[in-house]
Order: sequence, then C-alpha cells, then structure tokens
Amino acid sequence: MNIFEFIRDPSQIGPWFHQLLLSAGMQEWVANLIGDVIGVLLIVGAVLTSAIFLIWLERKIAARLQDRVGPNRAGPYGLLQTLADIVKLLTKEDVTPDGADRVSFNLAPALMVMQIIMVAAIIPISAGLIGANLSVGLLYFIAMSGIASIGALMAGWASNNKYALLGGFRVVAQLLSYEIPLAFSLLAAVIWTGTMATNNLAMQQGELLFGFIPGWNILVMPFAALIFFIATLAEGERAPFDLLEAESEIVAGPNIEYSGLKFAWFYLQFFVNSLLLACIFTTVFLGGWQGPFVDQFPLLGIVYFFVKSLLVLLALMWVRATYPRLRIDQMMTFCWKVLVPVTLVVVLIVAIGARITPDRSINAVIISGANIVALLVTLGIIGRSLRRDVQRRKAALPGRSTAQV
Amino acid sequence: MPIIPLSWFLLVGAGLFSIGLYGALARRNAVAVLMGVELLLNAVNINLVAFNRYIVPAQVTGQIFAIFVLAIAAAEAAVGLALIIAIYRTRDTVNLDEIDLLKG
Amino acid sequence: MEFTFLHVIFLAVAGFTLLCGLGVVVSRNLFHSAIWLIGAFAGVAAIYWLLEAEYLAIAQIMIYIGAIATLIVFAIMLSRGMMIGRAKMNNFQAGISAVVGILLFALLAFILLQVEWPVVQQAVVADPIPMMGQAFVTTYVIPFQVIAVLLSVALVGAIMIARER
Repeated sequence: MNIFEFIRDPSQIGPWFHQLLLSAGMQEWVANLIGDVIGVLLIVGAVLTSAIFLIWLERKIAARLQDRVGPNRAGPYGLLQTLADIVKLLTKEDVTPDGADRVSFNLAPALMVMQIIMVAAIIPISAGLIGANLSVGLLYFIAMSGIASIGALMAGWASNNKYALLGGFRVVAQLLSYEIPLAFSLLAAVIWTGTMATNNLAMQQGELLFGFIPGWNILVMPFAALIFFIATLAEGERAPFDLLEAESEIVAGPNIEYSGLKFAWFYLQFFVNSLLLACIFTTVFLGGWQGPFVDQFPLLGIVYFFVKSLLVLLALMWVRATYPRLRIDQMMTFCWKVLVPVTLVVVLIVAIGARITPDRSINAVIISGANIVALLVTLGIIGRSLRRDVQRRKAALPGRSTAQV
Repeated sequence: MPIIPLSWFLLVGAGLFSIGLYGALARRNAVAVLMGVELLLNAVNINLVAFNRYIVPAQVTGQIFAIFVLAIAAAEAAVGLALIIAIYRTRDTVNLDEIDLLKG
Repeated sequence: MEFTFLHVIFLAVAGFTLLCGLGVVVSRNLFHSAIWLIGAFAGVAAIYWLLEAEYLAIAQIMIYIGAIATLIVFAIMLSRGMMIGRAKMNNFQAGISAVVGILLFALLAFILLQVEWPVVQQAVVADPIPMMGQAFVTTYVIPFQVIAVLLSVALVGAIMIARER
C-alpha cells in the first residue's frame, strides 16, 4: 500500500498497521494490544496538546469581541502565551490545604481529565477515523459527563473550604439538570437516524433529501439543535451558565484550593470540554465529516469536521464573551420549566414525524416544520410570561424603573 | 464464544453479595446501610447478565431484568436518602440503633 | 483450560470490584465509603462489558455513578454532623454479620462449583438494543409501565419527604 492511499483515506492506517504486525509474526492479541495502546496514546496526546491552542484562541477571540487586544507579548500574536502560563503553573508550589481529604483531593483532577479523554475516544474525525465506534456512543457521552460532576463534587468536598463545597453543589445541580434536555435532544436525533454510534450518525446524515438537500439533523430538527446548543453552554460551564465559578458569589468554584499543576488540569478540562461538546454538536447535528467529495477523498472529511467544529466553538465563545451571568434560580427555572417540557415535545414530534409517511424526505419536512412551529410557540409563551412578570413587579414597586427588574 | 467460565462471574457476584450483606447488617449509619444494599443489587445484576450471556445468549431477558433492577435501585436510593435527610433534620442522627421512637 | 489475556483482565477487574466492595463496608470515613462505592460500580460496569452487555455497562455508569452515587454523596454532605466524633461505626451485630457473610459466600461458592451449568456455546445477539426496545413495548410492557409509575412516585415522594417545612 503506498502513501497516496493513506492521504486519500486516513482510516486505512489502522488495519494496515495491524496487518504489518501480524506479518511480523505476532500473535493476534499482541497486535490488537499494540494497536490499541498506540490509539490511546494518540488520543491522549491530541487532547492534551489541543488545550494549548484552545486557551490561546479563547483569550484572543474573547478579547476581540470585547474590544481588547488580548495576549500579544509572547511570540507572534501571543501564540506562546499558553506555553508561558504552563511553565508558570509547573513552577508553582503544589499546595494541599490543611484538613483536606488527601485521597479525594488528588483524585478529583484526575477524574476531570479522565472525562475529556474518554469522550474524545468517540469523536469521528473522518469516515472510520475514530477511537472506538461504540454502538452506544451517545449514551456513553452522557454517562461520562456524570463522571465530571462526581469529580467536581469530590474536589469541592475534599478542599475543606465552604466556597469550594458550594461550587461543587452548584456544579452537580447544574450539570445533572441540564443533562436532561441534553439527553432528550440527542434522543430526538437518535430516533430520526436510528443509531447511537457516532460514526454511523455522521454517515447517516450523508443521505440527500429530495435528492439534493443534505440530510443534516440541524435542518431536520432545528429546535432540537438549539436546545442542544443551550444545554451545551450549561454543560461546558460557560457564561451565561458559569455560576459554578461565579467570582462575585463563590470566588472560583470547586477548584478554588488547587494550585500549580492540579489547577492546570481543571483549566484544561474546561477548555477541551468545550471543544469536545462542539465536536459532538457537529457530529450529531451538522453532519460530522460530511461534505462535498468526501466519498472520493475521505481526507477532506477531517477538514470539514474541524471547520464545522471550530465554527460551533466560535459560537460558544461568542455567547460567553457577550452575555452576563444568570442568577441561580433563573438557571434552574429555565431548565426545569422551559427546556425539559419543550424537549419532551420535540422528542414526541420527531417520534411521530419519523413514521408518518413512508417517504423520509416528506417526513423530514414535516418534522422541520413542526419544530419551527414549536420554537415560535415556545418563544411566544416565554415572552408573554416575562412581560406579565415585569408588569407584576411594576405594580408591586410603584415609581421604580422596570429596567432593573 | 465465551472463554471465561460462567462460575467465575457467579463467584464475583456471590462475593459482592456477601460483602454487601455484611455492610447492610453491620453498619450503624443509615447511608452506609444503603450503600450495602446497592452492592447487593449490583451483585444480583452480575448474576442476571452472566446467566443471560452463557445460557440464553440469543435473548436479552437477563439484561432487561437488570435494567428493571437498575430503575428500582434509583427509586430506592432517592426515597431512602430523602428519608435519611428527613430523619436527620428531626432526630439529629442517622444511626439506625438510635432511631427508636417506636420502641416502648 | 487455556489461560489467556482475557482471563488476566477478568481477574484484575473482579479483584478491583471486590476490593472496592470491601472498602465500602470497612472504611470509617463515610465519604471514603462513597468513593469506594463509585469504584465498585465502575468495576461492575467493566464486568458487564466483559459479558458483552455494552448497553448495560453504560447504563450502569450513567445511573449508578452519575445519579445514585452523586445522590449518596449529597446525602452525606447534607448530614455532615454525623461523621464527626463518633468512634463506633458498627452495631452489635457486626461480628455475627461477618460470620454470616463468610458462611454465605462459602455456601454459594460450594453450590456454584458443584452445578453443571447448561452453558450454550454461542455468540451474543449482534445488535441487542433494538431487541431490548422491542421487548420493552411487547412482552414486558406492563412491568415497564409499572416501573415508569414507580419512578414518578419515587421522584415526587422524595421531594415531599425531604423538603423543609
């Protein structure tokens, strides 16, 4: 097999390497083990090094959106700023507070990083280029976010600090609540595509509706995609849902007592988690690696995938840089009284719409239309209840400006 | 094809069950007792799934029962912990041998 | 019987699970018990994976670690006073419970190793998830509905019991 074959289709490299090991006279299980270990190391390396770029990107873009310059001293465009920060964090003293529960204090950052590495394994970068195409891929993704909340709770408890503990409570309250709309919007996509495996999801979205419209899930179910995006903001702990590290309320969240390298792990988890959430959004709703000519040149899939993912990440950063933080009661109310009922409706729409006529294209149009109607009705109801709320407060507080309520 | 003998899995289940039983019987703290009960349920689930895999591999009956057990465990944990918190509020203890209001 | 790589993995996973289980029942600090419990749940999930029940393994992680363990840790934190200054962690039955546990394990192990299990040499169903879904809405539809009602009742009941008056 020559080098051009690999460039055309990078997913061939795994089987080729496996064959090479077998032909070198190895036993089947040794070859499997070596291949798996190399794959794991590749994913871990990619995850850990991507953080360097992501942190720079986030700072630079947030700065531009807020009319600042951002990092510009270390290296061209401040590109080396993150490296400088890493050196700084490595040389800092590693403090364990008095009265801290040592085991859980050291275990918590490891759990946080474990979550992102585990999730990275199911991201299909190109056709067949994936760590593990699990048949339960999306469920696995949701299960892993539970591990992150355990890690945060553990960090909050072990630090022996009341602000850290409050931060840990907030993390769990927020992540568990927003997991429900997250899971249900993914369920809508799963019902429509009929698979939970991430690579198969991306492949399924390559079908053309009416022969020319790409069958991306965001076109079929825009409302589910919007709900998933909002839940992503909450799961990624980004403004307006960054109550976990609300500096003005609880100082810094569960990682308050951490310093040096262990703090860096929390920091890394935050940034890489955002990228992975953007990757999952791309895979489930934006067609993953699908794009023109991807069947002839699977290498193009990598380009498409990263362009789409970075655009989603950009949208996440944009929201973070522009919106103020919600109050904690607003955050919970929004989840339980708006998102949860609405996602149930969306799942119902997709479940009924997917079987209403034998033609998938017509079903897609029906689901899409029903989604938009549901979105408009929801917006109308929210707007009315907000207006009524403002009027009630105005009646209660005569003479005050309503701008403050 | 299954390579590991079925009895190995059943032994793990039996071991976990015995440990859980000890936890549920011996601990004073109600939360610890609840953790023992969770271990018991997990041990039963291992057996269900192992029998499913080795004796009726063409069906999924054992896995379905395991999912029922999972759902019941979730309900049990929620109600049990709510009771524990309520008792803690009124009695200021969760040690089961001190909760003896009904004892004459 | 040939001893393969899979046997090594199984022994490691089983040992880890039992060790974590022991940690749950013997550790003095309740929070450490909860951490051991999370380890035991993860070990059981790995055992499901070895039994080729991927869906159940993931459900185990999602429900047991993501929900039940979190709930237990929450309960421990909300009733924190109970962890301080209590020397005794076991009740008067501790000794006899240990004996009962060991005897039960010996009995079960004796029986398990005696019985000829009717093991079928056959691969598992290729895609069990659709089969399970179908079974839930056909053969097991009534248990399924009962479980759904049970969960709703438990949800409402737990909120009613635990709320502050």
